[in-house]
Amino acid sequence: MEVTITVNGTPVTSEIEPRKLLVHFVREDAGLRGTHWGCDTSNCGTCVLWVDGSPVKSCTMLAAQADGHEVTTVEGLEQGGVLDPIQQGFIECHGLQCGFCTPGMMMTGRWLLDNNPNPSEAEIRDCISGQICRCTGYKNIVASIQWAAEHPATSEVTA
Amino acid sequence: MTAVEEVPLSAAGNPIGFGSMRRVEDARFVRGQGNYVDDVNLPGMLHSAILRSPHAHARIVSIDAAAAEALPGVVAVITGKILEGIPRPSLLGDNFAWMPTLSYDTQAVLATDKVRFQGQEVAYVIAESRYIAKDALELIDVEYEILEPVMDAKRALDAGAPIIRDDKGQTDNSITDVHGNKTWESGNAESTAAAIAAAKADPNCVVVTQEIMYPRVHPAPMETCGSVSYLDKVTGQLTMYTTTQAPHAHRTVYAMVAGLPEQKIRIISPDIGGGFGNKVPVYPGYVLSVIGTIVTGKPVKWIEDRGENLVSTGFARDYHMTASIAATKEGKILAVDVDVLADHGAFNGVAQPTNYPAGFFNIFSGSYDYADAHCKVTPVYTNKAPGGVAYACSFRITEAAYVIERVVDCLAQELQMDPAELRLKNLLRPEQFPYLSPTGWEYDSGEYEKTMRVAMEMAGYDELRREQAEKRAKGEYMGIGISFFTEGVGAGPRRDMDILGLGMADGIELRVHPTGKAQLRLSVQSQGQGHETTFAQIVAHELGIPPEDIEVLHGDTDNTPFGLGTYGSRSTPVSGAAASVVARKVRDRARIVAAAALECAPDDLDWELGRWYVKGDRERGKTIAEIALLSHSSLELPEGVEGHLDATAVYNPPSLTYPYGCYICVVDVDPGTGQVKVRRFIAVDDCGTRINPMIVEGQVHGGLADGVGMALMELIAFDSDGNNLGGSFMDYLLPTAVECPDWELGETVTPSPHHPIGAKGVGESATVGSPAAVVNAVIDALSPFGVRHADMPLTPANVWRAIQGNAMRVDMAIE
Repeated sequence: MEVTITVNGTPVTSEIEPRKLLVHFVREDAGLRGTHWGCDTSNCGTCVLWVDGSPVKSCTMLAAQADGHEVTTVEGLEQGGVLDPIQQGFIECHGLQCGFCTPGMMMTGRWLLDNNPNPSEAEIRDCISGQICRCTGYKNIVASIQWAAEHPATSEVTA
Repeated sequence: MTAVEEVPLSAAGNPIGFGSMRRVEDARFVRGQGNYVDDVNLPGMLHSAILRSPHAHARIVSIDAAAAEALPGVVAVITGKILEGIPRPSLLGDNFAWMPTLSYDTQAVLATDKVRFQGQEVAYVIAESRYIAKDALELIDVEYEILEPVMDAKRALDAGAPIIRDDKGQTDNSITDVHGNKTWESGNAESTAAAIAAAKADPNCVVVTQEIMYPRVHPAPMETCGSVSYLDKVTGQLTMYTTTQAPHAHRTVYAMVAGLPEQKIRIISPDIGGGFGNKVPVYPGYVLSVIGTIVTGKPVKWIEDRGENLVSTGFARDYHMTASIAATKEGKILAVDVDVLADHGAFNGVAQPTNYPAGFFNIFSGSYDYADAHCKVTPVYTNKAPGGVAYACSFRITEAAYVIERVVDCLAQELQMDPAELRLKNLLRPEQFPYLSPTGWEYDSGEYEKTMRVAMEMAGYDELRREQAEKRAKGEYMGIGISFFTEGVGAGPRRDMDILGLGMADGIELRVHPTGKAQLRLSVQSQGQGHETTFAQIVAHELGIPPEDIEVLHGDTDNTPFGLGTYGSRSTPVSGAAASVVARKVRDRARIVAAAALECAPDDLDWELGRWYVKGDRERGKTIAEIALLSHSSLELPEGVEGHLDATAVYNPPSLTYPYGCYICVVDVDPGTGQVKVRRFIAVDDCGTRINPMIVEGQVHGGLADGVGMALMELIAFDSDGNNLGGSFMDYLLPTAVECPDWELGETVTPSPHHPIGAKGVGESATVGSPAAVVNAVIDALSPFGVRHADMPLTPANVWRAIQGNAMRVDMAIE
């Protein structure tokens, strides 16, 4: 079947099997490898991206279900060569180590701040509790999202 | 050591030496531009999938792959029978169906005779897409004759137990190491037994014996294992992108396994999405991708799914321990004896130094001053996945630290003594270092009591005890747990330590370009540790070159010198030392060049960061950048300098380094539900010099989460039929942000006297030290119920049963 999904503002049209997962569409058909795959069971959240502005675990959604919808991935965070504050926060606060869960964590963190600009620590922890990080013990991920909350203006590129 | 505030900053604001700085790596990762193995796509690449055994123990009667082969898009289906027919010009067997493990055992690449664990590799499909390859697995018809499995390690050596390794002609399920030993002993058996017997007979002494299991867990890195292999049949070059923590060691193993010439093998380990020891062994899947490219002539990608990762790749622990501790009634520890039954699974696939078949478990005597210690480890085969040394375990020091810290708490309970007081009475004293432990380890340095006092101060220990007493009076169950651990890391001296005969020294290469910018080429491989940042800081510290002017290369065997890789917290103790040594070589060479340019003798020059200058005349000098250009110029160079500053080094560590720490955990337990809430966790680590404190603290945070996970949630258990009960993230529970508290970190700094910059390594400290703190806290909370011990994981069900006096046997499903 043919689907057209707008990925980070660019329509991507592809002939796919109806069973193709959205994460595979994004990685293979749209060629964007920043969205990762980690578990198949919706537990780890390394595949989180946005569909029409809301976080979705893309390993558990068919690409066909996203036909005609807007997908935003980690590659869509940086605008005009300027990092999003959430990206800058992860750098400033050492919110990542191996980097594998990081795109999903940032997409959820950005969404949280868009809907709750000043979340409490407990709200941040609750919001990312559907995602797993094996490196950081979460403390610095929480701090990174807090940093982004405290620096809402577009950041300068420093890395 | 160097105080952070004394380090000058570069133009980019980075410390020219040690101190927290943002990571170089992050620029690509926050943009989604990391390059992990599954991101590698080569022209014409095929995909693959592995058919795995649904049974733990079964004879293969037949395999019919005709329907799979007929599926459009399937390129090849490979079985063990086919591998048996591929001759291998190798000392390690005459065909490809079996491969060597890192512990001198053999492991089936694809099962030929029997399957020996659930999830074992049975057939391999190569197809045009991942989806087609998975479809084809469904079409392979395997007829099995089901055999009785050995799932209970305690019954593996029973007379009449089914024999797992009949392929080797075994008549029981014992494991024999390369030296012919069936048990692994350490320490003094006679003096320890005598000390324990004397204590039993002495009314002024006590002996406490406790069975303590460290159950099977899994490192579960977020990125599963995988590889993309391509054999160019014209050049004979095998290029392999693969998830390995040890690219050079893997290259040598593939040369041995595949019989390919080693100079034609290039291993590229790009960005690695976490390893934790899971990516040290060579797995059948890696070998199959190599066979896949040999058979098809095209690049072949193999990527595990999560279930495959959990059921087939290197697990961790699975140690059944019985510990006896003898002490005076005043709390002076006299002796400790530990008996271990070690479940190694169906193949002995443990990755560890050859002469240490139980890893470094025999460092279990811990952080305390007593003379008599002994352990005996009996390894057995069971019908479970192979592995054992993984999950940030520092070669089984996790098990060692856990057993001693748990049994010391049991002793404290028996003596009705505060566990902090008991530890303070027995900790090694600073003047005892270097300290030779009763099992032969030489601890390099430590100020243990100071570190423990810092942790107690941060925790507000006395106040916590008062709060606990008040809560108990109200029927609320709060617990305080302490763990004091000592690790030995940085394996290791090549006279003692090798893997498959490869000594555990690491090479390094430093190039200084004419403009004074540098490239450092490492043998070790980051899986998130931030080597591109910290290794540049080490060179910056030695040479004064700003870290942003030093490019760190790693993970490509064609472009880096040989070394054994990153695991066992060895990168900083071994390769970090190599970085310092090679930079000092460059500095010495620069001195000769500077002397020639300044027309003086090298001995007339003094060093300040980044610059050689004439003694007594600080204005007359040359910076490293100036010297680098001079070394490439027409300047007539003296003897000893060939024409540039570049240098290489191989660091053979003189000894291990011994990081240590004191952890305090505070929990609240709901006795009605068994729910444990970790309220606070205080961690004071002493890892010697800290190169980048931000990165050190980040690694500690991650290890503490591991400890909470293992103590409370994580478990690979089996039912009696051999089914793995932890085969997905729905069943294998990992801690999330809501189970983890806001870690409270402290530090003391006791440099290693034998490491060039005094660093000890920290990557695994928190994973090693934290589980005992959590468990000790929970048992402390439950002590009013008369609970002395319950095994991890302390799930609500297990805690509730412990309160009822019926703690679970965690490794087997409830029958």
